[in-house]
Amino acid sequence: MKITKTVKNSPSRIIFMIFNYIIISAVAILCLLPILHVFMGSLSDPALLESNSGIIVWPLGKASLLGYKYVLQYRKIWIGYRNTIFYVVAQCFITGLLTVIGGYVLSRKRFHYRNVVMAFISFTMLFNGGMVPTYMVVKGLKLTDTYLALLIPSAMSVFNIIIMRTAIAGIPDSLEESACLDGAGEFTIMFKIILPLCKATFAVLILFTAVGKWNEWFSALLYLSDEKRYPLQMFLRSLLIKNESMSTANQSTSMQMYKTLINYCAIMVATIPILCAYPFAQKYFVHGVMIGSVKG
Amino acid sequence: MYILCIPIVAWYIIFCYVPMTGILMGFQNFSLTKGIFGSEWVGLKHFRDFFSSPYASRAIFNTLALSFLDLLFNFPAPIIFALLLNEVVHKLFKRVTQTLSYMPYFISMVVMCGIIVDFTKSGGVISQLVATITGTEVQNLLGNASYFRSIYTVSNVWQGIGFGSIIYVAALSSVDQELYEAARIDGANRWKQTLHITLPGIASTIIIMLILKMGSMLSVGSEKILLLYNPATYSTADVISTLVYRKSFEEYNYGFSTAVGLFNSVVNTSLLLLTNWISRKFSETSLF
Repeated sequence: MKITKTVKNSPSRIIFMIFNYIIISAVAILCLLPILHVFMGSLSDPALLESNSGIIVWPLGKASLLGYKYVLQYRKIWIGYRNTIFYVVAQCFITGLLTVIGGYVLSRKRFHYRNVVMAFISFTMLFNGGMVPTYMVVKGLKLTDTYLALLIPSAMSVFNIIIMRTAIAGIPDSLEESACLDGAGEFTIMFKIILPLCKATFAVLILFTAVGKWNEWFSALLYLSDEKRYPLQMFLRSLLIKNESMSTANQSTSMQMYKTLINYCAIMVATIPILCAYPFAQKYFVHGVMIGSVKG
Repeated sequence: MYILCIPIVAWYIIFCYVPMTGILMGFQNFSLTKGIFGSEWVGLKHFRDFFSSPYASRAIFNTLALSFLDLLFNFPAPIIFALLLNEVVHKLFKRVTQTLSYMPYFISMVVMCGIIVDFTKSGGVISQLVATITGTEVQNLLGNASYFRSIYTVSNVWQGIGFGSIIYVAALSSVDQELYEAARIDGANRWKQTLHITLPGIASTIIIMLILKMGSMLSVGSEKILLLYNPATYSTADVISTLVYRKSFEEYNYGFSTAVGLFNSVVNTSLLLLTNWISRKFSETSLF
């Protein structure tokens, strides 16, 4: 039976509701607008774009994919894409593996040193060596300018381990015991029984790791010097922030005219995958933010 | 079991505890060729240099100013947005606006700054807007030190309001509906209900988020600032983290930057512990 509200809305309430809808719509539109501007700009006529000074909500002049053509011909974008996809997949794998192991080990009551290890790890949340000493360690390990430099130093986070541990601790011990009785080893128990049961938490972990890795650029700045290992964001940085040109000197005059168009297209090329994916992952990251807030 | 644990503990030792020993560099005239054990010890010289240098007071002031502004605007904004969203009855409208509000969060820092650079350049959208409002001529806003704080804070709020509101929307939905009904029967209007039921209901969430935020007060957005600042705006944009970066990777003065980094970490940790302790004294919620 549907219970309907019998209280009548007072005039002040109605005015409030109207304002509310207006404000929320304004926020939503403001969130959308800059990206819409960039998107529409990327489809616009380059000359009109350069001289434009307002917000664009529809392609200026004749809509064309000219800018995209230029950007997609730029070899470095492809190098960046290839590297970034590699970093995302590899990092998700490494971090996922290590975090699950960590969460599993730290949730087992039969692990006598559980609390010691937990305290050992948690201390690093409060205090760390800082940018320079960490750099020195990576350098000392000869990891600088390698792919691993972006994968290993960022492999683990105490926060993630705590979340994973909380999720795994929620799984009844009896499952593990019966698996043991059936002769399963540690790894079998972990990946065939425990992991499928905390799929949601694991999915959230992977999601946040992936998004973080896709957007990462500072560690690349610190640890990498050879361009062939740069993630996509580094090339974007050269293009957008440091204003470097995409091409060699003899083409640069015509490139200058198209600067804004090329910038916009590069932005869209790097961001469209994420923009398309995030609405579908909404369920996961909303769930993730919530479990992150409940400390184990 | 113990074997499984080894790679994890080893990782933490290598990447977290060993760098902590690197803090020793902060007390030395560190030279790469001599290493930690070969470089001469200078005690607190770097710290003294830092605090007496002209850059220090500027960097510390800017760090505090930007942190404070961030706290003032970026912390309440998601809360208010969540409160407003909570009043919306129309489900589809709520879902659509929420999804749209998350969009800025997923844009990478580099792209965000690329957009900012474009919007604030001489012919850019925001520069034009500012020029019309203030009646001055159009200028490159990122080259003007007095605009840096606003650009930084506004873009933070833009990126953070949607995603930040997720946790508060979730907390709001866990407030007991019966409390609202009881209040309505007692004659409380919506505003009073918000004040006396909603806010106390999400108070613990707010406090935890605040404690977490305090822990990163001094590390304020170094990546974003690194992307947006330039020598023209150093006077308002240079913060402790960017100073550390410049000193280490552009001037190769590792000892100095380690000392400053150490100072940064220590203050952050103290702030975190202090806020945690205060919150434990005055309410039941705390992080530790």
